[in-house]
Amino acid sequence: MPDLKVSKISNGTVIDHIPPGRGLDVIKILRMERGFDNTLSLLMNVESSRLEKKDIVKAEDKELTKEEVDSVSVIAPSATINIIEDYGVVEKKRLRLPDKVEGVVDCPNPHCVTNTGEPVEALFEVVNQNPVELKCSYCERKFKALELEI
Amino acid sequence: MKGNLISIDDLERSDIEDFLSKASQAEKMSKAEASKILRGHILSTIFLEPSTRTRLSFDAAMKRLGGSTIDLAAEVSSVEKGENIADTSAVVAGYSDICVIRSPYEGTARMVAENTDVPVINGGDGANQHPTQTLLDLYTIKKEFGHIDGLKIGMLGDLKYGRTVHSLAEALDHYDVDIRLISPEETKMPEHIVEKIGIEEEKTELEIEDLDVLYATRIQKERFPDKQEYERVKGEFILNKQRVKEMKKGSILMHPLPRVGEIKPEVDKLPQARYFEQSCNGVPTRMGIILELLGVDKDA
Repeated sequence: MPDLKVSKISNGTVIDHIPPGRGLDVIKILRMERGFDNTLSLLMNVESSRLEKKDIVKAEDKELTKEEVDSVSVIAPSATINIIEDYGVVEKKRLRLPDKVEGVVDCPNPHCVTNTGEPVEALFEVVNQNPVELKCSYCERKFKALELEI
Repeated sequence: MKGNLISIDDLERSDIEDFLSKASQAEKMSKAEASKILRGHILSTIFLEPSTRTRLSFDAAMKRLGGSTIDLAAEVSSVEKGENIADTSAVVAGYSDICVIRSPYEGTARMVAENTDVPVINGGDGANQHPTQTLLDLYTIKKEFGHIDGLKIGMLGDLKYGRTVHSLAEALDHYDVDIRLISPEETKMPEHIVEKIGIEEEKTELEIEDLDVLYATRIQKERFPDKQEYERVKGEFILNKQRVKEMKKGSILMHPLPRVGEIKPEVDKLPQARYFEQSCNGVPTRMGIILELLGVDKDA
């Protein structure tokens, strides 16, 4: 087992098995890059048995809401979420995309009505779980996970 | 739940047939009979982009049914003063019994439909959908042949950027038809549509002799980011008298109009030319759409 270069957290959430390079997006989508006061660690390109490489995000004293879990599943469907209490994993959650994704990611189509300042949130229908493919419920265009802007 | 007409993608074959059947009923009615049906009803039209045929044919359709119309003039409207489309359309739609909206932004009609209690018709939303055009195209084909199944239908011209052909192809996927795509390399139909509806015939030469229906389209200058590319493809596949005469007996040539040189005026008098009738079919088709969405059955 490779040495981890960041120490364990006592309480909080570890988001593991994030596709390599997507760790920063996970932090952004959880809006933790600003205004999150506790310790936050991002490990990128860690060796993994399941994925060749993976990113890991560790957030001290952070509990994810259901909406936050759903938002992670849009950009990192392979991730697992570990709830940590007193240095131990007390719960492990596998992600599954909901049928609809609302207000999590913006529609990449600049001509979509959701990008024009109208009072309407981006809404996507999940048309494929793996690889993730979403269809905008407004402009009806389809997008792969990598095309989605955080 | 109120009915809307937002996207061809929302419709099953039976929904399409219901609209076409209502259009046929509307066309067969006498003017006197039709003009009693929607007396006292109001259609609101919100056009945030220029339109001639769609706007006027909706106006004509509602008036033929005995109703009246109110129209939001975008250039002097509250939208121009900075009010958002959602608020403006909710107010205007609220003054009427049914509303048509055209907008340059994709998804606008769906947003409007969510914000109002009256039925909403998509009169075109950017490059996305123009479902009433598709229904009038299908109506024209059905009126001509008595059926849609079994026909060989060619789509010609700008298949990459033309939303009309995308919607028509998706609607025809509900029918047992052979579709042939004919276009220059530069304006081929997007792969995801070709795959979705399983089109097998793609040509880069004008092979039209064995078609029942040839649907020609305008090359839309505004959709080309590269103006040189536009200039290069615009002259290809021009339909002149000689070429159209090669089409088989009983076949028809359609075009959503306006044309910009892709069909020569000399073709207009040939028996195949059907584009002006097609355009006129916009009125009964839109009468049918209004009747269907308002749940009016004249025989009931």
